[in-house]
Amino acid sequence: MLAAGARVRVRDDWPETRGPCHVRTPHYLRGRTGVVVRHLGDFPNPEDLAFARPAERRPLYHVRFEQEPIWREGHAGDEVQVEIFGHWLEEA
Amino acid sequence: MTAARHPGYPLPVDENANQTPPEDRPRARHDLGGVSRFMCEPVDTAPHALTAFDRQVDALRQILGMKGIMSVDELRRGVEALTEAEYFGLSYYQRWMRAISATLLRKSVITEAELRNTLSEMP
Repeated sequence: MLAAGARVRVRDDWPETRGPCHVRTPHYLRGRTGVVVRHLGDFPNPEDLAFARPAERRPLYHVRFEQEPIWREGHAGDEVQVEIFGHWLEEA
Repeated sequence: MTAARHPGYPLPVDENANQTPPEDRPRARHDLGGVSRFMCEPVDTAPHALTAFDRQVDALRQILGMKGIMSVDELRRGVEALTEAEYFGLSYYQRWMRAISATLLRKSVITEAELRNTLSEMP
C-alpha cells in the first residue's frame, strides 16, 4: 500500500501495442513522476472486468502531477490529479 | 515561482519525462488528453437532448448490467474497439449500441442470424 506523500512513477508501458486491452491510465501520464494524495479504496481490476475475466481487487489512488510539463501549458503551481491503480505505479 | 496550492505534497519536477507528442504515441484513439485537435477549441459542455433511441440504449445497458450479462467495463472496452471511422462518425449512444451488440454476439447471448432478422423486421 502506498502512503500519502509517496513519490511514484507511472509505468511507461503500452499494452495498446500488444493487442486488445482496456486501460484506465491516460497516455499522457505514462513515465511521469507524481505524488500519491490518497488511497481511494480497492476495486476489481477493470482491465480484467472489460474482458469478463475474474478480476482481483487492486488499490486505487489519487495521484497528483505538475501540469505544465505534461501539456506544456499552464503556470507553476497548476496541477493534474488522476485516479491510477497501484499496479501502474512504481516508487520513484 | 507561485506557491503550490497543496503545500503538504510538493510535486516533483519532471524534467526527464517522455516528451513525445500525443500524435506520435501508441495511445488508443479514445485516449484523447492533450491531443492537439482538442486543445484548439473549447469543450462543448451544453446539455444534449436525449432521443428515444438514446434512452432505449441506456435502459438496455442497465438491464444487461442488472442481469449480470454485461458490465460497464465491457461496454467501454467495446466502444474503444471501434474503428476510427466508426468512433468519430457515430453518436455517443450509437457507439454504445455497437459495443453492446458486439459483446452480446461474442458471448453468444444473441446470434448473427437473430440480429440480422430483427434488424430486417424494423421499419
